[in-house]
Amino acid sequence: MASETGIGASVKRKEDARFITGAGNYTDDINAAGQTYAVFVRSPYARAKINGVDTTAAAATDGVVAVFTGADLAADEIGDLPCGWLVKSKDGSDMVAPPHPPIATEAVNYVGEPYAVVIGETLDAAKNGAEAVEADFEELPAVVDLATAASADQIHESVPNNQAYDWELGDKAATDEAFDSAHHVATVDIVNNRLIPNAIEPRAALGEYDAAAGTYTLHTTSQNPHLERLVLAAFVNVAPEARLRVISPDVGGGFGSKIFVYAEETAVIWAAGKVRRPVKWRAERSESFLADAHGRDHVTTAQLALAEDGKFLGLRVKTKANMGAYLSTFASSVPTYLYGTLMAGQYTTPAIYVEVQSLYTNTAPVDAYRGAGRPEATYVVERCVETAAREMGIDPAEIRRRNFIQPGDFPYDTPVALTYDTGNYEASLDKALGHIDYAGFGARRAASESAGKKRGIGFSCYIEACGLAPSQVAISLGAGVGLFEVGEVRVDVTGSVTVVTGSHSHGQSHETTFAQIISDKLGVPFENVTVLHGDTGRSDYALGTYGSRSLAVGGSAIIKATDKIIAKGKKIAAHMLEAQEDQVDFDDGTFTVVDSNQSLTFPEVAFSAYVPQNFPLEDLEPGLSEKAFYDPPNFTYPAGAHICEVEVDPETGVVDIVDFVAVDDFGNVINPMIVEGQVHGGLAQGIGQALLEHGVYDDTGQLISGSYMDYTMPRADDLPSFKVDTTVTPCTHNPLGVKGCGEAGAIGSTAAVMNAVTDALGVASVAMPATPETVWRAGRGE
Amino acid sequence: MEITLTVNGAAKTADVPDNALLVDVLRESLGLTGTHVGCDTSQCGACVVHMNGDAVKSCTVLAGQADGADVTTIEGIGDPDALHPMQEAFRDNHALQCGFCTPGMIMSAIDLVQKGGGSLDEAAVRDGLEGNLCRCTGYHNIVKAVLAAQSSM
Repeated sequence: MASETGIGASVKRKEDARFITGAGNYTDDINAAGQTYAVFVRSPYARAKINGVDTTAAAATDGVVAVFTGADLAADEIGDLPCGWLVKSKDGSDMVAPPHPPIATEAVNYVGEPYAVVIGETLDAAKNGAEAVEADFEELPAVVDLATAASADQIHESVPNNQAYDWELGDKAATDEAFDSAHHVATVDIVNNRLIPNAIEPRAALGEYDAAAGTYTLHTTSQNPHLERLVLAAFVNVAPEARLRVISPDVGGGFGSKIFVYAEETAVIWAAGKVRRPVKWRAERSESFLADAHGRDHVTTAQLALAEDGKFLGLRVKTKANMGAYLSTFASSVPTYLYGTLMAGQYTTPAIYVEVQSLYTNTAPVDAYRGAGRPEATYVVERCVETAAREMGIDPAEIRRRNFIQPGDFPYDTPVALTYDTGNYEASLDKALGHIDYAGFGARRAASESAGKKRGIGFSCYIEACGLAPSQVAISLGAGVGLFEVGEVRVDVTGSVTVVTGSHSHGQSHETTFAQIISDKLGVPFENVTVLHGDTGRSDYALGTYGSRSLAVGGSAIIKATDKIIAKGKKIAAHMLEAQEDQVDFDDGTFTVVDSNQSLTFPEVAFSAYVPQNFPLEDLEPGLSEKAFYDPPNFTYPAGAHICEVEVDPETGVVDIVDFVAVDDFGNVINPMIVEGQVHGGLAQGIGQALLEHGVYDDTGQLISGSYMDYTMPRADDLPSFKVDTTVTPCTHNPLGVKGCGEAGAIGSTAAVMNAVTDALGVASVAMPATPETVWRAGRGE
Repeated sequence: MEITLTVNGAAKTADVPDNALLVDVLRESLGLTGTHVGCDTSQCGACVVHMNGDAVKSCTVLAGQADGADVTTIEGIGDPDALHPMQEAFRDNHALQCGFCTPGMIMSAIDLVQKGGGSLDEAAVRDGLEGNLCRCTGYHNIVKAVLAAQSSM
């Protein structure tokens, strides 16, 4: 049904009415009668032994309800926070993960790690109590520098060399051979700067315990409430899943940082049971900086081997990845299966070998942040490609063209374990070149030059693996959970529809996009479709939202459920119209007997399902509500071409992005307006990484970029307007032909910006973020 | 400390601690949770409201300073059936995603347009909104929305 609200239409969002009127319902907006307030007492040291924690004075503070230390949780057999992905080292051994108690017991290992929690009648009382907690710390030398972490002091007793694992992927011998026969080798040394996610809504939690029922309810800022519940039940031992309900109401952005199961929510829900009163916590921004999982933080050397004609022969990548002090929920998978597997990029590079050594440091844990591994991979590949092009004197667009996997090559097996199903990389590049007016670049550069400025252009042709994930593939590679999704389509008695999805929207617009799909497939008016999400009490076990998976996986589950609705509807209609089932068609909300004028509307069939008078009860259950689980057969492979044009003022080092073009292939698009918005936001984060953002610890492990006055968030006047366009090769293996669009902007843009900055300056490399000082120095050859 | 103020046109009284902030009064005492708290350094702008006709960060105003003031919050500018032109422009231009920064952004944008004399261009809008952080939209559609609202306000 092509309509104003169906698939392909830029429908205005259902979500907006509440958000623009202040009627959103975020965790911190929710209060429970008699609630108390939690304040976490956090380590001022990056690394210290805890000789003792004295809570006497804190407990005696006015208005303090309770003070808990790690020992209290341990006494209650509260378990450690687990990592859900087992990565193996080259030698076949399992990764080494140190114990990670929610509240530190014997040692603290990063600044901000909680070692006590104070529960107060008011927030002020809890804060006063927190001030009165006295800890006897024995400070130890902090391990901060990733490059030397393997040979530094051992942080955890159980982790030799501070190494989580030493992983490899690809064919080393074949890659060595490729390098032996190379005409040219391009080498890049890269620091992929640490980022701090900074969703504008800080993390928050409200824990409630119903003593009569023995049940717990946790409202929290989670991208995946079922995962939260699973971990709290199965690993942390708060309560069995059936007595634990996790609700993620409106969530103000996640970008990966709200996937993970953190200490604070864990302590809050446990403490609610201990004090027998609701416990509320909202992070202050300084806590978000210290204790949200950070992103990126790699040190990499990469080499691209090329033949004389610019064909890529081999790629060799050696990376050190910072895990921070503990292994966060999915940390181990990010620099491995979400990184090494993407090293083919859009190219036919026949031999690739990737080594990743993941190391612990006395810094906040590092985990998935928008793109998660794939931005880092794209940065490696596209910096290599651009460097090779410049060194060999080949046009950067042309060298990519010579190496693209061609449309006729799909399905394409890469040398790093993925099978791309479809794509047309040259189409995206061509479109992007048109939008940026590549032919006119020389004249623009000359004009800048005559104005005393330096102009540069940079390309990034990225690919990502999204639609996480085929469960059996993921589990065989170490995932501890399946990665399917669930969708339920409940047709109401009057023919309106309630959809329950396991995907969670924290900005992605599921309430609109999923309603468009239902409206389109069932012919139900858009306004009569309501999408519910974010509540373990409402949906079956589900895996939530990350990795640009919601539409490709969650949307596919909804399609499967919708197909079941239509199939059952046809049976009902056939009975009512006294026709054979295979003679009933369904289109645009109407069941019709073929070659007849006999028809029933969707609401008529729905009504009959619930008031089953003229209904085949002997063959069919009443009701019209169907559920489906969808496990994707493959990843999806969004890809595109980003081109950035910058003008650098050599006097000040200021980089001005004068043009930015993103042409992305997300497969079929349900709502172009929403997709463009997702791209814009991703671009801002990718550009932020390139030019502005940097999570910095000093030598003692103090976070010196711990507030918005020190950590440079992209602001409106830091960014340009973007030129965003799409090409379409539909995904071949899901029913909507969709690939996912949430991360592309952050994956593709960073390399494009840095390729442009280095082009403008005529230098081999510039460190990220390319701040005015860094650029100014780089321009002077420093 | 008891303070009296006008909020969204209605007289309100709140009994709050001396160190309470205007945002605490709005969110905790009056239940107006549309005004959000996103940081602790007056940097993010999620808490912007209008006080005596000016956009202010309500996390940076002591409750006592707001005694006797005329305060307008996001809840006071329109409702789903009768949106303020800025609210409408945000919806029409997809200028919000997660919605968390949106109330502060809209309140700042209204102030910006009201004081801009109808002459704001893209650069002026970007400059004028640099006190409000958004992590979702990359500001692209926010700028579009504000320019659109300038024509309709």
